[in-house]
Amino acid sequence: MRITQGTFSYLPDLTDEEIERQIEYIIRNGWAVSIEYTDDPHPYNVYWTMWGLPMFDLTDPAPAMYEFKKCREAFPNHYIKINGYDPSPMWQAQRVSFIAHRPPVEEPGFRLRRTLWSDGRVQKYGLEPYVEDLPPGERYRTDR
Amino acid sequence: MATVPGYAGTHHRYQRAGVKEYREMGYYDPDYEPKDTDTLALFRITPQPGIPPEEAAAAVAGESSTATWTVVWTDRLTYLDRYRAKCYRVEPVPGTTDQYFAWIAYDLALFEEGSIANMTSSIIGNVFGFKALRALRLEDLRVPVAYLKTFKGAPHGIPVERDLLNKYGRPLLGCTVKPKLGLSGRNYGRVVYEALAGGLDFTKDDENINSQPFMRWRDRYLYAMEGVIKAEQVTGERKGHYMNVTAPTMEEVYKRAEFAKEIGSVIIMADLTMGYTALQSLSHWCHDNGMILHLHRAGHATFTRQKNHGVSFRVLAKWMRMLGVDHIHAGTIVGKLEGDPNLVQGYYTILREQYVRADPVKGIYFDQDWAYLPGIFPVASGGIHAGQMHLLLHLLGEDCVLQFGGGTIGHPMGIQAGATANRVALEAMVKARNEGRDIVAEGPEILKEAARHSKELAVALETWKDVTFDFTPTDTPDVLATLTL
Repeated sequence: MRITQGTFSYLPDLTDEEIERQIEYIIRNGWAVSIEYTDDPHPYNVYWTMWGLPMFDLTDPAPAMYEFKKCREAFPNHYIKINGYDPSPMWQAQRVSFIAHRPPVEEPGFRLRRTLWSDGRVQKYGLEPYVEDLPPGERYRTDR
Repeated sequence: MATVPGYAGTHHRYQRAGVKEYREMGYYDPDYEPKDTDTLALFRITPQPGIPPEEAAAAVAGESSTATWTVVWTDRLTYLDRYRAKCYRVEPVPGTTDQYFAWIAYDLALFEEGSIANMTSSIIGNVFGFKALRALRLEDLRVPVAYLKTFKGAPHGIPVERDLLNKYGRPLLGCTVKPKLGLSGRNYGRVVYEALAGGLDFTKDDENINSQPFMRWRDRYLYAMEGVIKAEQVTGERKGHYMNVTAPTMEEVYKRAEFAKEIGSVIIMADLTMGYTALQSLSHWCHDNGMILHLHRAGHATFTRQKNHGVSFRVLAKWMRMLGVDHIHAGTIVGKLEGDPNLVQGYYTILREQYVRADPVKGIYFDQDWAYLPGIFPVASGGIHAGQMHLLLHLLGEDCVLQFGGGTIGHPMGIQAGATANRVALEAMVKARNEGRDIVAEGPEILKEAARHSKELAVALETWKDVTFDFTPTDTPDVLATLTL
């Protein structure tokens, strides 16, 4: 399966050039660029690991691209997303978020756990990434 | 007169019993300067032949505030100069011979704190059936910050809902389950699953699907939830189904809302037909329970559509933002339902922005400071399809929900394919826009490029290539933009 979080997951994976143009868009709007990575892409996992601090006041996408490439070198078997953050009043939220890198392996997806509840018709559901049995850092490895 | 020592004579308004012109009773006051705390209303009035516009306007002010048809001595027991609504300006409507705009100011004391029911009972309660008028329309309303601060507004608002769903920088995609009526719960949940697994963010109950004999609400909720969670499993993405909790009584509404929460739904919906008080109660329940609230404006066109009579949708939009919903249907421009392009853009602005500037071309007559009430998602639904994606994104912006019902379920390759086609078209268009491309001019080309790696989109574009709904709207702006070449 392909995890479809982020804005461009239904398109072919973006090239570096295309990623750079999206970063340009973030900068053009005066938003901050941040890079986050994880090997726990559970849909309810809000806090991916921050690759350094968000980059405020950028005028050029080069520093963000440099950091993204460094992150990808360090964590080639992780998901990496790029966000654009808007601190203006009553937003104070991301305005852009897309997956810029995926582990180069088949994504195994999620186990759906079902627990019968109350009258037997209501179920409690739980999603568990199949990779969760492995410790962080050991998941999505290409050499197994 | 006043020959008795210590008596200045009866105030001129009360010298004679009987019927007096409203203008003479103080309801028309061209010198009045509206206060920052006043609510300002703009009415379109069509007086009966022979009735001067100022008198008709004063009658509207009177009948929507303190007046009755005759002089009453009990007026003297209160401070009517304050409680009386005042018409302070009357102007002919451009391009008409029998219609006038009347600006009326209402004092802050006239409306109960935090009550849309009370505000509407005053402003539109009695006056619309008034015989001295042939027709009457409430065009716009400036709600003062002082009154707005008595409302909680949306349970979430746009940025918080985006955080909750983890979806940023693009319109959300939805789909109303069709056929509207008649599916069993199990088949209904199938549509929910297919549409969400294919790439939509939301599916939706329709306004008239509540709890009919062929599908009771409890079955529908359970099967829909099964569809939602399975779609989350196969996509790794947050999904939701608007569970319609509209019911005959509030007890029943709460019962259904509680059950939706218990089984893990992130969103519920209600119909406008429930009434303002019921909706506001439900909004408070959603505040307390962290539930997104979607509003279907069922019934609104009975009073919003005709240009000379009723209440403009922009006023209803303001009331709903105050009352507190997270989503409200607000038109598509390009779809099958009524909506002049400028006016629809005006509604979107009113729902989303923190400070709205007057823009008569868009039907907005007052500046409106929203006083930190969250902006909410306008929903575009009805007769839209993937081939219009460039127009939808350009005209409606990214902070909206685009709902493709037929445009998802009607796809020849199936519901999942229909959903995927919409998502691919949307993402391709957002990407192109962000890259600085002119999506209006290049839209069809961008869609064609995207269709090269998506058979689903290619088939959708072919299926609906000639579908447009080009009718002249009944409700249009009175001020036209100057055309520039």
